[in-house]
Amino acid sequence: MRKNASYLSNPAIQVRKPRKYTWDNIKKNTIRNWPLLVMVLPALAFYILFHYIPMGGLWMAFENFKPKLGIFGSPFVGLDNFMDFFNSAYAWRTIRNTLILSGLQIGIEFPITIIFALLLNELRSKRYKRLVQTVSYMPYFVSMVVMAGIIVDFCSTTGPLAAMVGAFTGNTENLLGNDAYWRPIYVLSDLWKDLGFNAIIYVAALSGIDQTLYEAAEIDGANRMQRILRVTIPGIIDTIMIMLILRIGQMLSVGYEKTILLYNPQVYETADILSSFIYRKGIQEMNYGYSTAVSLFNSVINFVLLLVANAFSKKYTETGLF
Amino acid sequence: MAMVKSRNIGSRIFNVANCAFFALIMIVCILPVWHVFCASFSDASWVMNQTGMIWHVEKFNITGYKLVFADNNIWTGYLNTFIYVIATTVLGMFLTVMAAYALSRKDFIWANPLMLIISFTMLFSGGIVTLYILVTQTLGMYDSRWALILPNCMSAFYLILVRTALQNVPDSLEESAMLDGAGRFTILFRIMLPLIKATLATIILYYVIGNWNSWFNAMIYLRSPDKKPLQLILKELLVDVNSSNANVDVSILASGESGDAVLYKQLTKYCTIIVSTVPMFIFYPFIQKYFESGVMIGAIKG
Repeated sequence: MRKNASYLSNPAIQVRKPRKYTWDNIKKNTIRNWPLLVMVLPALAFYILFHYIPMGGLWMAFENFKPKLGIFGSPFVGLDNFMDFFNSAYAWRTIRNTLILSGLQIGIEFPITIIFALLLNELRSKRYKRLVQTVSYMPYFVSMVVMAGIIVDFCSTTGPLAAMVGAFTGNTENLLGNDAYWRPIYVLSDLWKDLGFNAIIYVAALSGIDQTLYEAAEIDGANRMQRILRVTIPGIIDTIMIMLILRIGQMLSVGYEKTILLYNPQVYETADILSSFIYRKGIQEMNYGYSTAVSLFNSVINFVLLLVANAFSKKYTETGLF
Repeated sequence: MAMVKSRNIGSRIFNVANCAFFALIMIVCILPVWHVFCASFSDASWVMNQTGMIWHVEKFNITGYKLVFADNNIWTGYLNTFIYVIATTVLGMFLTVMAAYALSRKDFIWANPLMLIISFTMLFSGGIVTLYILVTQTLGMYDSRWALILPNCMSAFYLILVRTALQNVPDSLEESAMLDGAGRFTILFRIMLPLIKATLATIILYYVIGNWNSWFNAMIYLRSPDKKPLQLILKELLVDVNSSNANVDVSILASGESGDAVLYKQLTKYCTIIVSTVPMFIFYPFIQKYFESGVMIGAIKG
């Protein structure tokens, strides 16, 4: 009886779902839930400080920003920074390289990952499958820097990769100094590092397929290929679609880490991408306004692509990021 | 009957080919590591004159490792990495868990609006240049350890994962705790967190690995050698020597004479790779399971 009474008098329990954002509701709920507000405030402060203030800082894109004058004192230049970028040879080069790398990642890495998972699923021995998985995502744990170090070593004139390529071309050179090799090196090292790890999600989706479907297909006389085409692939097509759509939504956001570690002026022609260009102009050359303009352009495109991708994903797979 | 048999033969050939294919994949995964491993225990002059793949250990010795272990940079790097990993993980997890709990409560009117504000940062970003200006100019954290800890201690993605896990805890547990007079903090730390241990372990793991491997922030925010984390020291040692804007850090070789320096340069590189990667590989078998479950909870949410 007493418990019941305290239940009713406990304000935190009485109202579970405040639906309407009326001033009165907000006030009452905030007062009642002040401990929750206290708990979320540090995180909110973090997001305001390190995310929303930098977003406001994008105003620099319209200024000839000088750190001494600050964002409020620097001269306003309108769209000059954007014009500078789009009228330079850099615009086409960086956008093209970003799109090509993304295209290679979607066109090559993406299907290979799925094929990898499908073939893995066909392995009969559970133990062998486990072993393959363990070994194949070990490279994921090698840090980006160490991987770059290994790539530098393998591509140098005395390295195994350079020797291999040299055997075909008759010219043993430092592969990282030749822009023709940049994209193959980039894609192959991506595959080496991430293939096993990226396949996890498909392997999991595959293990969720109802085994009785395979048995039924076998009884109906379906051979292995038919079983893969008619049972396995339909079973994971949703996963494939959503991964593909989300990947397309990130077309213009290729990360800079590997590029910055490995590129050099000799290979800028094929290696320089938007993110590495922004880093070089902004942080290395301290060309703040200009690089912020490029950055803003990149962020806006990424944002739009992501929204479009999400809309597509919702429409065709009934699942989306948000 | 003949049909069935031929199908079986085809199936068998496929099985063998498939097994062989994965054997090849495993070899490709291991080869680079094997190359580095063998080279690191081999004779310095042999390693220097070697072209192509190194398949075996030549004249086993540990000279390279002695040089690496005698070098203070590596130890400083390790120590700094530990500081950054622990500080970022502890601070980040604390903020994430508290915020995720508050935002997971259905009766909290601010939950959805604040979640929206936080999620939006996953879609749109101010970019690295504005953040760099904020951290270095406005906050004055250039060459400060805080620059490596604060700006990236939280991730909206991890927050969502924790929030989802907390939402799945039955409401009755919290209600009965409230009846016993427990406050929000007590409920969170005594009741909720023990129930979502698996999710927390996975996210801690992501924090540790992400920060262990991170080098970019250290490169742009730090100047003092005594604050640099391991990965940045590795970058200067392994990668910068080959790029044109090289800022070659040869202090690692300072112990040897100049002739020796050239001789041991290649060898010590290999040894450094092994020394820096071994801790991850030792933990790898233990954390593999959590890593997989991490991908899965991420996938369900995504």
